[in-house]
Amino acid sequence: MAIASAFFGLDMIKFDQVSKTYPGGHMALEKVSFELGRGELAFLTGHSGAGKSTLLKLISLMERPSAGKVSINDVDLNSISNRQVPFVRRDIGIIFQNHRLLERYNVFDNVALPLVIEGTHRKHITKRVNAALDKVGLLDKVKCQPSTLSGGEQQRVGIARAIVNSPPLLLADEPTGNLDPELSMEILSLFEDFNRHGTSVLIATHDLGLIARMKYRSLTLEHGRMLQDPLAIDPLKDDFLGGHA
Amino acid sequence: MSLLFKGRGNQAASQEKSAVLKLYFFVLTLFRHGVHSLGEMWRTPMASIMTILVLGLSLTLPTTLFVVVKNVQKVSSGFQEAAEISLFVKEEISEQETKTLVKRLGLYPEVESVNFISQAQALDEFKQISGFGQALDYLEENPLPSVVLVTPTKRHRGAESAQLLLEKLESEREIEFGKLDIEWLERLNALLGLLKESVFTVGVLLLSAVVLIIGNTIRLSIMDKKEEIQVLKLVGATNTFIHTPFLWTGIWYGIVGGLVAFICVTLMLWWLESAVSLVVGVYQSSFVLEGLNLSELMFLLWLAILLGFIGSYLSVRKYIREIEPEKV
Repeated sequence: MAIASAFFGLDMIKFDQVSKTYPGGHMALEKVSFELGRGELAFLTGHSGAGKSTLLKLISLMERPSAGKVSINDVDLNSISNRQVPFVRRDIGIIFQNHRLLERYNVFDNVALPLVIEGTHRKHITKRVNAALDKVGLLDKVKCQPSTLSGGEQQRVGIARAIVNSPPLLLADEPTGNLDPELSMEILSLFEDFNRHGTSVLIATHDLGLIARMKYRSLTLEHGRMLQDPLAIDPLKDDFLGGHA
Repeated sequence: MSLLFKGRGNQAASQEKSAVLKLYFFVLTLFRHGVHSLGEMWRTPMASIMTILVLGLSLTLPTTLFVVVKNVQKVSSGFQEAAEISLFVKEEISEQETKTLVKRLGLYPEVESVNFISQAQALDEFKQISGFGQALDYLEENPLPSVVLVTPTKRHRGAESAQLLLEKLESEREIEFGKLDIEWLERLNALLGLLKESVFTVGVLLLSAVVLIIGNTIRLSIMDKKEEIQVLKLVGATNTFIHTPFLWTGIWYGIVGGLVAFICVTLMLWWLESAVSLVVGVYQSSFVLEGLNLSELMFLLWLAILLGFIGSYLSVRKYIREIEPEKV
């Protein structure tokens, strides 16, 4: 993956001097610049209020930057009109801390949602939903209502929904926030698995213990500014940057 | 399909489709939404029934008024053309002279037919209709004048031309005075106009109420599904995709509300039928109360659908835009 990225010279996500000021005057991000390479997995850390959520919102176009440029796959998101936003979101799988499942539907329908939206044929939907649920190990819970599942299972249903249409980019906001360490590791190994298949993954978390156990790059935000994390020296990182040098 | 990743469209579900196939899928999705939202209403029957009944009653009132106007118009159209001129013959004119008068009048180009009612005939008729019967026998002499009934030709039956004809006829020597049954016709027409106008006004008011009721129902339903809409937006649903079920719900409300109104009006007419036939019997005319015909029913349904669509569209436009996923 690293080689491919270096070869094509493409970043999955690129922030260029991005600032975000909310209407109240609160400056959530200040001149943030970073890149996430194609096929890279990275953590985004920082205290609550440091701007992690804002950063993810800028990528998923829930917010627009006040200054600077956010690009995905070298497409400038400033050039995306509001009308096109849904189509951008279809390329991004998003995983939420509180999993955000729809209680009215069963597990199958929840996972199928992104496919239904795209107008996928029913036949393909069944196949792909089953594949996604198989990946997260919940194939036996297809017919269950989300409320009957445990927290960890609900989170995994949320992950299945995010990956069901195989998006090239996964964003996760505190995916392990409510889970005990063992379950957290389980979830993280799922992300690693997707990453091995070529998906770029950005995980926002304040669970530093979790990050320390893995050898991935971590981007640290503090008061809206991006710090370089001296602990997370990724041997692959040079390759990623090397592509642009 | 994909804006960010060229070529991902192929790998994703949306394989290359022809325009016809795309249209087919579009229509199919539209129908699926329609059936789905009907099922949704079925699942919350109490709320749906209440709304539908309110809509049905709101539509019933203007429909009833329309049926009333229609029937009144039908009754009055029988009178519109039968403008008859009654000419009262002077008392001193002899029977022979009257007969020549009748002949002379028959030659008028404006006159279609002339009918002579002698004093005796008039008295007989009056006896029969009034029910005074024998009481009238006590009269020493017949108080009624001879009357010549003149029916103008079609061209001269309008209010103005009939008035001109009347003036012309009144100038005949034998005529005391003439009477044109036009005043009551004008009054009737004015009343009918007023009725139509008020039906229109009431109709517009009630139909606006229908739009507002549906709009509000849809608004509540949108608020109820706020979280769902947020999730849909997050996983990349277009506004069209999110709007369609709500628009369908509005349309279903319209259809069912329209049917309820139709049933109400039909029941009401059935209920009134006996009362109407009693009145008709008194007036010795053959009159059948007319309900809505098929094309009017279709119009009612289309109107209800349109109102349902407008109501839900207004809500959907305003409120779904406001719901944005605020927290990741």
